[in-house]
Amino acid sequence: MSLIVEHPGARSLLQDGGRPGSAALGVSPSGAFDRHARRQANTLLGNTDEAAAIEVLLGGLILTATAEHTVSVTGAVGPITIDGRQVTHGRALRLLPGQRLKVGTFTSGLRAYVAVAGGFRAEDELGSLSTDTLSGLGPPPLAPGSEFAAGPAGTIPELQDVPALTLAGTIALDVVLGPRDNWFTQAAIATLLTTGWTVTPASDRIGVRLDGAVLERTRNDELPSEPCVRGSVQIASDGYPIVFGPDHPVTGGYPVIAVVIDGYTDRLAQARPGDVVHFGRRQAP
Amino acid sequence: MNVLPCGDRAVLLDCESLDEARRWHAALIDHSPAVLGACTVLVPGDPPRLRKLLSQTTPAGALDDTVVAEIEVTVVYDGPDLDDVARLTGLTTTQVVAAHTGTPWTAAFGGFAPGFSYLVDGDARLQVPRRTSPRTTVPAGSVGLAGEFSGVYPRSSPGGWQLIGRTDLAMWDTAREPAALLVPGTVVHFTDAT
Repeated sequence: MSLIVEHPGARSLLQDGGRPGSAALGVSPSGAFDRHARRQANTLLGNTDEAAAIEVLLGGLILTATAEHTVSVTGAVGPITIDGRQVTHGRALRLLPGQRLKVGTFTSGLRAYVAVAGGFRAEDELGSLSTDTLSGLGPPPLAPGSEFAAGPAGTIPELQDVPALTLAGTIALDVVLGPRDNWFTQAAIATLLTTGWTVTPASDRIGVRLDGAVLERTRNDELPSEPCVRGSVQIASDGYPIVFGPDHPVTGGYPVIAVVIDGYTDRLAQARPGDVVHFGRRQAP
Repeated sequence: MNVLPCGDRAVLLDCESLDEARRWHAALIDHSPAVLGACTVLVPGDPPRLRKLLSQTTPAGALDDTVVAEIEVTVVYDGPDLDDVARLTGLTTTQVVAAHTGTPWTAAFGGFAPGFSYLVDGDARLQVPRRTSPRTTVPAGSVGLAGEFSGVYPRSSPGGWQLIGRTDLAMWDTAREPAALLVPGTVVHFTDAT
């Protein structure tokens, strides 16, 4: 009752709900970057929301089943095959003993989620199976030969397919200004909210780095280190934004000009280098 | 103390000092997984409910500052920013090392990364700004300075502090209880192994 990794692709990590509430220990929330897609993958299989899935970056993951398993693939879109036969994204898929599931290179989005009925099993660290790329907590990244058992599967529900992502290279993110918007000029805030920001290849689960206009500050003193959240738009001294992802450092020393509305942060998981981000302003709740 | 917006799932309390922040943190920790910063407290929760809670809360009174433990951290002072720190402080590199080792530091609060502890009460001449752009990788064991703080990077990570040296001591080990070597209240003596 397990799945063996033949090839991990560019990078594949186990991710569950992460380690929320551990920030005082210096431990990032971690967990799936696209929480929505991970939830969909579990829902298709009747799993609980806690079940760990594999977060696949860019594609290329190949798994072989040692027993019969039901799996699902959601999030980023690319060719998915079982023993070379094309299968459907966003649907419960039966994998027979010896069959190979291949999640090909994505044509849309950046991160897909592969779930198995019963959830992947691994040794937890601080109560989670998530790999935290900042701290190294949790299991190591998937490697050729890694073997993962699955928990006991429940009844597979009869559900409609999860529709494939439709991404057009632009990503709209609503933000609340602050906590440190008053460290920036009015012109900088206008620039943040009215211009496009290009996702750079230096982006990862720690933060999505953006290129665009330099945002000018009104003050040049040091910000005493302060706690941050997923979605914080931090402006480093070079004037460019970093939007924090799930493995963000729990405190930062550069001012946060705005924070992305939590429900929008999942979209960042699918932002490919070269995609353009537009920020829209919302009033503070 | 000012309540600043921090998205739709938290607020940030902006305080006058670390001491005031610690008092608010102590008053709120039973209501929210509040996180302490250098002079801020992040309070996760629904902002309208938090604002109501804060209007009914007063910061805690006197805080306990008992010494938890004393730890010696041996450092090879050959960090890539040692010359910059000397230039920024107007000291020689030898004087920077003497200042860093000459006054004991105290772990005030954790954060940034597992096992990272913000150390305070060191030699006031060592206050330096962070680097203009953070490094994408700082090696584990790097000893740095930023603002009024010193700290040791527990593992390889991005970081913007000025690096003056390195140590072999493990700051974080999940097989150890507690996993963090420098818990709040620990007194840290840096010694020179260069």
